Amino acid sequence: MYASPATLCAGSRMEPSVERIYREESGRILATLIRLIGSFDLAEEVMQEAFTTALEQWPKQGIPDNPRAWLVATAHHKAVDLLRRRTRFDSKRDELQRLAQLEQELSEAEQDVMRHDATSALSDDRLRLVFTCCHPALLLEAQVALTLRTLCGLTTEEIASAFLLPLSTMAQRLVRAKHKIRDAQIPYRVPPAQELGARLEAVLLVVYLVFNEGYSASSGDTAIRRELCAEAIRVGRLVCELLPAQEEARALLALMLLHDSRRATRVDSEGEVVLLEDQDRSQWDREEIREGLALVGSALRGGAAGTYALQAAIAAVHAQAERAQATDWKQIVGLYEALLRVQPSPVVELNHAAAVAMAHGPAEGLRLLDRLEGKADLREYYLLPAARGDLLRRMQQWNEAALAYRRALALAKNEATRSFLSRRLAEMEARALGS
Amino acid sequence: MQYLLLIYGNEEAVGKMTKAEVDGILQEYGEFTKSIAQSGHYRGGNELADTSTATTVKVRDKKRLVTDGPFAETKEQLGGYYLVEAKDLDEAIALAARIPSARWGSIEVRPIVPHDMP
Repeated sequence: MYASPATLCAGSRMEPSVERIYREESGRILATLIRLIGSFDLAEEVMQEAFTTALEQWPKQGIPDNPRAWLVATAHHKAVDLLRRRTRFDSKRDELQRLAQLEQELSEAEQDVMRHDATSALSDDRLRLVFTCCHPALLLEAQVALTLRTLCGLTTEEIASAFLLPLSTMAQRLVRAKHKIRDAQIPYRVPPAQELGARLEAVLLVVYLVFNEGYSASSGDTAIRRELCAEAIRVGRLVCELLPAQEEARALLALMLLHDSRRATRVDSEGEVVLLEDQDRSQWDREEIREGLALVGSALRGGAAGTYALQAAIAAVHAQAERAQATDWKQIVGLYEALLRVQPSPVVELNHAAAVAMAHGPAEGLRLLDRLEGKADLREYYLLPAARGDLLRRMQQWNEAALAYRRALALAKNEATRSFLSRRLAEMEARALGS
Repeated sequence: MQYLLLIYGNEEAVGKMTKAEVDGILQEYGEFTKSIAQSGHYRGGNELADTSTATTVKVRDKKRLVTDGPFAETKEQLGGYYLVEAKDLDEAIALAARIPSARWGSIEVRPIVPHDMP
């Protein structure tokens, strides 16, 4: 693995601009290089070399007018040089052919890069890269890792730490995926119209998983989790820009923005979980809410009715309530019912029961929770007893509530969650003694 | 690029089919083979006899060991294959999805590693 420009140019005054260009442009540059060179590994290698050259040259000669075109051209030259040097020692027929082809393409490609800049051909490269990274012939975990590595420019170390895996495991996963792309010849292209729907679903799932990994309150480095959410939103935005007719993609972007808007208020200064109803709504990110609401509105009007659209609509109802008490719970119940039809799952049923409790009273909610008890997929899930505890608490049945919280505590693994449940349990025990 | 499309299915279930059902499947296979031959993808292919007819051969210390089987304990057995020419994995997957057995069994798509003949 190589160093990122951040470490390469530590202490230098160039740092901000090269670092910024790396963050913003490396995915694009890599996407174009993969198309031109035809190999993930070689493209990564020469892109890093081009950035290293930039760090040497730009302080002396100034930043070029079009840094991206400069980097693509420099990397491309390096690829041709490298292949030329390698073929001298190892003159395989196909290598020589590839080299001749590359040299011929080089001048055309450079003109192409200079001419188009932000227009279609280069945008298409990033879209090609998204679809190749999220190809269903790759393991889902590998799709996620490869997307973060290539399109988002995260280092292997960062990805490993985000998923709490040893570096060697993550490195192996990436190597295996890149080899499969090469050896099984997974094409580098945007799928044709008749396959686009199914393939886009796979892309959206990867984006959703990346966001959830960053958003879920489970343990791990906060900075990297924030980075994952930001990257998921960035890729989501990219897909929406490049495939504007895809309503589900827009719904997913809305969903991510509306959840992300609450980021600052989800955990307090001591690192404790703050429930939605207790969050300081004045601290929610208004800009993300505004954009998220506009997106979910247009997605729903465009006919989106899938799981992202429904979840985004639920998030929108919360975002629109100025106070927790003003939440339109009846509408949320309706949306969860629709979600249960689209994607029935015990977790959705649990959320539905919680919404029913808010709309029609805790007793109604408890009745639904009773039906969920004993379902195999929920037996180990702390949220079921936690939800029961919450409803019993609202009904002021302190002893029963304490019992439920104790069961939840026995199942919960995450530290922040356990700490929250312990506080609730202590509160219930105190109330039970006092009553 | 060439790919081997390995066809896996449940032998036992095929054994229980009526003659009409088997004939229907054979006819479908015939049509599929004909169509990929016409489109230029077909490079070869065969149905394999049941695993009950299989024999395993090993040579250890110059000694030949021949055994009956293997009798796979898995639910699906290799029952046939196609060798096809396709421009990339997507095209190979599209061909695999048209094999009749894909609807009840499964197709494994394996790229062929090219070797120059000596």
